[in-house]
Amino acid sequence: MGDPGREVSVPKGTPGVDPRAPMPPGSRSPKLLGGGVDGRRSVWVAVLSTILFFAVAAILIVRSPGWSSDAGVRQQFFDAAEFRYSLPKILDKFWRNVFIFCVAEVLVLAFALLLAVMRSLPGAVFTPLRVLSNAYTILFRGLPTILVIAILGFGMPALQLQGLPNSDIFWAIIALVLVYSAYVAEVYRAGIESIHPSQAAAARSLGLTRGQAMRHVILPQAVRRVVPPLMNDFIGLQKDSALVAFLGLTEGLRQAQIITANDFNFTPYVALALVYVVITVPQVLFVDWLVKRDQNRRQSGGVA
Amino acid sequence: MSDATLRVEGVQKRFGDLEVLRGVDLLVDDHEVVCLIGASGSGKSTLLRCIDLLEPIDAGRILIEGVDVTAAGVDHNAVRRSIGIVFQSFNLFPHMSVRRNVTLAPRKVLGLSEADAGERADELLSRFGLQDKSEEFPDRLSGGQQQRVAIVRALAMRPQLLLLDEVTSALDPVLVAEVLDAIRELAGQGMTMVIATHEMGFARDIASRVCFLNDGAIVEQGEPDQIFTKPTQPETRVFLDRIIAAGRM
Repeated sequence: MGDPGREVSVPKGTPGVDPRAPMPPGSRSPKLLGGGVDGRRSVWVAVLSTILFFAVAAILIVRSPGWSSDAGVRQQFFDAAEFRYSLPKILDKFWRNVFIFCVAEVLVLAFALLLAVMRSLPGAVFTPLRVLSNAYTILFRGLPTILVIAILGFGMPALQLQGLPNSDIFWAIIALVLVYSAYVAEVYRAGIESIHPSQAAAARSLGLTRGQAMRHVILPQAVRRVVPPLMNDFIGLQKDSALVAFLGLTEGLRQAQIITANDFNFTPYVALALVYVVITVPQVLFVDWLVKRDQNRRQSGGVA
Repeated sequence: MSDATLRVEGVQKRFGDLEVLRGVDLLVDDHEVVCLIGASGSGKSTLLRCIDLLEPIDAGRILIEGVDVTAAGVDHNAVRRSIGIVFQSFNLFPHMSVRRNVTLAPRKVLGLSEADAGERADELLSRFGLQDKSEEFPDRLSGGQQQRVAIVRALAMRPQLLLLDEVTSALDPVLVAEVLDAIRELAGQGMTMVIATHEMGFARDIASRVCFLNDGAIVEQGEPDQIFTKPTQPETRVFLDRIIAAGRM
């Protein structure tokens, strides 16, 4: 919420600072490119200092003893020929990651919603469901993802259960869904709880059942509000799809490992990192843009 | 024998230690317009919310058309279907157009088709001068328009009883009149209403009966002229004197 009157604690005797002085809009966090009172000059200073900083950093790295010696970092991590050789092979297997996180995201959306709605059921009768949902989110937010993947991925096929697939990709997806649903359920729940009770009262007063009020009035508003944090969790899920390599499943990371081991060269890792960056960074920027848009809307008094 | 539209008998309601209603009795006949007046915190809003079963009561009973709706096993949704309520803060659904706001309950609760619900909505919207707002979203409307949409939304369910909870209290003074006119029109058409209000002139003008609530009980009720000119209870007199001193009447 825009709270311009928010109390800021400033030590007593700080000269020339009125803690309640209104801040101009948008100045709450420092701007990326300088900013401040004398705008143009500070932009130039910002550009110059940035160039200088990265130039110095680059020189330090390139001139370090381990950079261009035999089998130095340049050759080990930034070998152009190795890059051209490994990238297509990695991309070929990276499609498995894409498959894993796409399927997992759809399942997470549904399962987490179920958990969140279970959690918000009222009345004494539903206590077991509320407790179950609560315990679930607490447990799975506390477990390292890679452990869940290992336990399910190695354990479930070993059980040789009838009717359940033994493929490691299946259990890898299940493990990711179990872990990420716990986070996303909390995101949903925050969204549901952020909708004012008067909305539910209005819906119920028209004769809608509790379920109808949830479905048509509460959830559509709640989901809209939580899109940015939801996307953040999905970006995390996409990155964690690399943990599946632990099961020996040949996806992007495992493929990079194999090429690295064969060629005694780490460039495939850099190639894979680049693939992730290309996929995730646009999403990160999109989330930031969404958050900023919502902020502006709220500040201009519109309904978020 | 015809049953009263609404019969409230000895209703008590407490929030924790706070006793909000201490045994309220109220009878509302068909086509009656009953205004509830009284200071903030006297229990007007709580009484309305209890009648619409939005708050469970601690003692007493509430009968609609002779049926005890506070008895165990009564389908609350069915009861709310036949009672409309309009809130002080409009409570329109911000993610839906005006038309969707109005047609949601008729479609989902009464099972009307899209076309039938739409027709009902259009008719009501134009009756309240909102025909060109039907595709707008609530945040694009003025407070007065939003409140009229809220009234239309409640009417679209064709309620037997309409409850209005300080519907003009959140409005700019210049927007109050358009909402009051809408309510006047409803009263003229014989809508049975219970209205909690701070608009004394309006209450005097429109009510068939005025009830003065003080500290969770109806202290005095009667014809508007009698209540406003010859109140018999000292609490009523004190309240009205304060209203007059504040220039609100």
